[in-house]
Amino acid sequence: MDNLELKKTANEVRKGIVTGVHAAKAGHPGGSLSCADIMTYLYFEEMNIDPKNPNKEDRDRFVLSKGHVAPALYAALANRGYFPVEELTTLRKLGSHLQGHPCMQHTPGVDMSSGSLGQGISVATGMALSAKLSNDDYRVYTLLGDGEIAEGQVWEAAMFAGFKKLDNFVVIVDNNGLQIDGRIEDVCDPNPIPDKFKAFNFHVIEIDGHDFDQIRAAFKEAKETKGMPTAIVAKTTKGKGVSFMEDQAGWHGKAPNDEQYAQAMADLEKVGEAICQK
Amino acid sequence: MSEVIKIATRTSYGNALVELGNEHDDLVVLTADLAAATMTNIFDKAHPDKHINCGIAEANMTCIAAGLAATGKVPFASTFAMFAAGRAFEQVRNSIGYPHLNVKIGATHAGVSVGEDGASHQCNEDIALMRTIPGMVIINPADDVEARAAVKAAYEYNGPVYLRFGRAAVPVFNDEATYKFEMGKGIVLKEGKDVTIVCSGLTVPESMEAAKMLAADGIDAEVINIHTIKPLDEDLIIASAKKTGKVVTAEEHSVIGGLGSAVCDALAEKCPTPVKKIGMYDCFGESGSAAQLVHKYGLDAEGIYNVTKAFVK
Repeated sequence: MDNLELKKTANEVRKGIVTGVHAAKAGHPGGSLSCADIMTYLYFEEMNIDPKNPNKEDRDRFVLSKGHVAPALYAALANRGYFPVEELTTLRKLGSHLQGHPCMQHTPGVDMSSGSLGQGISVATGMALSAKLSNDDYRVYTLLGDGEIAEGQVWEAAMFAGFKKLDNFVVIVDNNGLQIDGRIEDVCDPNPIPDKFKAFNFHVIEIDGHDFDQIRAAFKEAKETKGMPTAIVAKTTKGKGVSFMEDQAGWHGKAPNDEQYAQAMADLEKVGEAICQK
Repeated sequence: MSEVIKIATRTSYGNALVELGNEHDDLVVLTADLAAATMTNIFDKAHPDKHINCGIAEANMTCIAAGLAATGKVPFASTFAMFAAGRAFEQVRNSIGYPHLNVKIGATHAGVSVGEDGASHQCNEDIALMRTIPGMVIINPADDVEARAAVKAAYEYNGPVYLRFGRAAVPVFNDEATYKFEMGKGIVLKEGKDVTIVCSGLTVPESMEAAKMLAADGIDAEVINIHTIKPLDEDLIIASAKKTGKVVTAEEHSVIGGLGSAVCDALAEKCPTPVKKIGMYDCFGESGSAAQLVHKYGLDAEGIYNVTKAFVK
């Protein structure tokens, strides 16, 4: 998929996020929108997956360690064909397969249940180790929040992955700079993030997480990196694409009302038109 | 009478893992810097490629096990009960229990019989914690024969299993030639009509000894070994309670949330019966030898005899 197609698709994923969270009247739009470009690249370009056969054994695995941005994962999966896009409006509703946080038993394409921060990266490390133990070729990806990395377990997992030289393993940090209680620098400053992963024996790549050339190059570099896992630290904007949500901690875990929803969709329509005109 | 052989069930765990490893390529054994204590070092010698030391990081080890299970391996995550069920509780709950992954948790050094290390390492709460997780199987074997059979049954079962082992050497009373382990099925070791003693793990041989002492006083006790605490063999316990009318539970665990509570839960709803619980009464343990502590907290034959006799009178 070329960059134009990726941008169009990412915009559809963003619409799916906003639509799902609006319908649910709850959820986490800010961090879902910040990682939408990365999620789109993973599901439409990077990973060896098959929506017709979600459990095929040699597929690449993805664990959403920042499980609260389930709307981004669901919107990517729906647009990729794992289930109808219309089902995104059932998000968080009783009886829906789209639980508030990812549940592997309910949703096709979800490789691991997550939501309790810090655990997903550990589970993904176990998957990468599993591939090594049985000489399988699949790769394992996990997406973390920059607030999430305050969890000590993240560094237990990082120490293990670096020590075991899991070069089939890619950690992506969605570095949008905001967490529930405010700016990451003000809550419990995790910076410098790249240096921390370097110290844990990761190959570290820093990118703009909304630039598909940089995203593409980073995943290519990760694939070519041997003997160590890769951490991609992606600078992003929380709420990206929706004018009034951008860089606002208040939109971490709040749904738009009807008026705000209309505004958000209008914003994304404009983004879409701009992409097509280029 | 021939000399009683004593083997710690953690040793049985290590030996059973070696046998499983000889037969199954998908087995992976994890430890968190406790290979020598949890006896997975026996497995490490036989199958070094399938033995993964995660360092002192139990939360990570627990989730690594989940990742291995999600990709088709059968991991046995091994550490002390204190850390397996205590420190990593939420990892077990959310990354193993909720997705119902095929992880086996090998928890050694359970209960006060840990001994000299003292209360910080004597986990009397693990059964209570694990019982609250939907779909978790809990097995607390009583001797070497039962422990090895339990490990193999846990491998064959598809789903999360918490296996509880002790540090101290305990008598081998089951006969390997005739012993049959059935997950979720209790074993009547001695039939009786006056009182039922429901026991598990280390208290099983102690309860058998107590039953002999009670017999000398004219009290005919039925002794039931409950190796699988969840799912509980309610039918067997209820049938026995109906027969004897009185139930004593004996466990090396807190009386809050363990075997005694599980038995009371079942009886209260389906067959209300007077129950007397033997176990740790809302207190921490302390340093001392295993035998001294088991005696002090009334978990030995004498303690079980005294409580049962007073209860039956």
